[in-house]
Amino acid sequence: MCDQVADLGAFYLFTAQTLSWVLRDFTRWRLLRPQLFEVGVMSLPVVLFTGSFIGMVLAAQSYFQFEAIGRASWSGAVINLSVIKELGPVLAGVMIAGRVGGALAAELGTMRVTEQIDALRSLGADPIRHLVAPRFLACLLLIPFLTVYCDFVGILGGYAVAWSYGVDAHEYWRHSADAIENYDIFTGVLKSCFFGAFIALISCFKGFQSRQGAAGVGRAATEAFVTSFMAILVLDFFIVLLLQAIYDFFWSRSSIFL
Amino acid sequence: MRPDTTSREPEACGDPVIRLDHVHKQFGPHVVFEDLTLEIQRGRTTVVLGQSGVGKSVMLKFITGLLRPDRGRVIVCGQDVTNLTERQFIPVRMRFGVVFQGAALFDYLSVYENVAFALREHKRLPESEVREIVRRRLELVDMAGTEALLPEELSGGMKKRVGLARAIAMDPHCILYDEPTAGLDPVTADMINRLILRCQKELKATSIVVTHDMASAYRVGDRILMLYEGQIIADGTPDEFRACPDVRVQRFIRGDAGYDGNGGSKEVQGSKFKVQG
Repeated sequence: MCDQVADLGAFYLFTAQTLSWVLRDFTRWRLLRPQLFEVGVMSLPVVLFTGSFIGMVLAAQSYFQFEAIGRASWSGAVINLSVIKELGPVLAGVMIAGRVGGALAAELGTMRVTEQIDALRSLGADPIRHLVAPRFLACLLLIPFLTVYCDFVGILGGYAVAWSYGVDAHEYWRHSADAIENYDIFTGVLKSCFFGAFIALISCFKGFQSRQGAAGVGRAATEAFVTSFMAILVLDFFIVLLLQAIYDFFWSRSSIFL
Repeated sequence: MRPDTTSREPEACGDPVIRLDHVHKQFGPHVVFEDLTLEIQRGRTTVVLGQSGVGKSVMLKFITGLLRPDRGRVIVCGQDVTNLTERQFIPVRMRFGVVFQGAALFDYLSVYENVAFALREHKRLPESEVREIVRRRLELVDMAGTEALLPEELSGGMKKRVGLARAIAMDPHCILYDEPTAGLDPVTADMINRLILRCQKELKATSIVVTHDMASAYRVGDRILMLYEGQIIADGTPDEFRACPDVRVQRFIRGDAGYDGNGGSKEVQGSKFKVQG
């Protein structure tokens, strides 16, 4: 129990130092550029693949339920709302936690066990500034964009399956447009910012805490993914509660079927 | 712009430049140092010998602030650095160049960027000047022309040499070598020893070399000391070290584990011929 509390304290300090460097030293393009490429460009294929299949599976699952009550075109509202509000951000986050988070923890863990982090310190450089801040920024800035791509291909995938079942295109898109508000899009993108920040912080922290040897680095990468995944689910729940409360405060809630 | 903390003031060779004062360090139940006191003299090459796990690298980490002792003080150039924060330690670290055991080159940077790292970090020099310093340092370690290579393209000995070039890029007062010849063939190890001597001669820096390699110790050391169970059991010139009557020292020199396999610790009592502090 003491170890967990100590880890939590260490993570808090790590986060504070990272945010402090990000606010003071935002424009280190030389360090940021390779991370933007790694997090953004290299993650795009896997995110597009995930997004398209989310939409297609949702369409395949929901079409027959709506078709049974003679409202097949309403499936567009359910598919697209699910993709934009929940499945797009969460599954994009999970995929990025696996692809980027694991790689970050393994990379930094290897740097730790090969004394590269000690070498940085001995050269008078701050490892958090050089290694963590650019990775944090890359995740924070690019995961929202990746989520938008994921949503986009999810919507297209869902429509492709619905179209193949013979759903009327006009009605499909009309119901979708009626159901989705700007606030829903905002909700999904905002959540993804938090997911990106926590994936980077957790993964870099696990990498910095990595133990010696291949097993230590492997464990750090696994823990980074598992902890990031759990953090995404927990954050998702609380952010949804908060954003729904904010929505209810300003606007009245209504059903998408009314 | 940060002050140039690497400028050299007039110094007398032989003055103590680093002092570990009654230092204690423990990892879990394992006591590494118990009341260790040690002085390193300016301008000399001090070799620290000892078996694996005796705390040689830990000692280097105390000096560079990468680890803190549990008790005792670390004094660098008269300044108590024991409790400095990470940021306060930066000017102290700039007095040191550290050559790590596995070279610890940044594998995402080229040889040029590795050697230029500290210059870019701490000195706002024009890139042409940085390039010139990097070229000179790589020449000093016989690695000219390798600027564009990545660490993964270098052999073990080449990595060590680039690590040395990176360590001396800022013209440090003191160079710390952690196992500089470990894992190298005898010829490459000898080349590294010659480079250590060359750097010592050209930079006039204080050097601390942590090693198990007796050939290297005799070749580069002005002074050799040996750590055993957290204490210094031998301290003298290479000739004095060779003649040390302590069985533990003689066994270490010969690479002899003894029949009981415990390094003969039970057979020796109080035979250290010179103890620091």
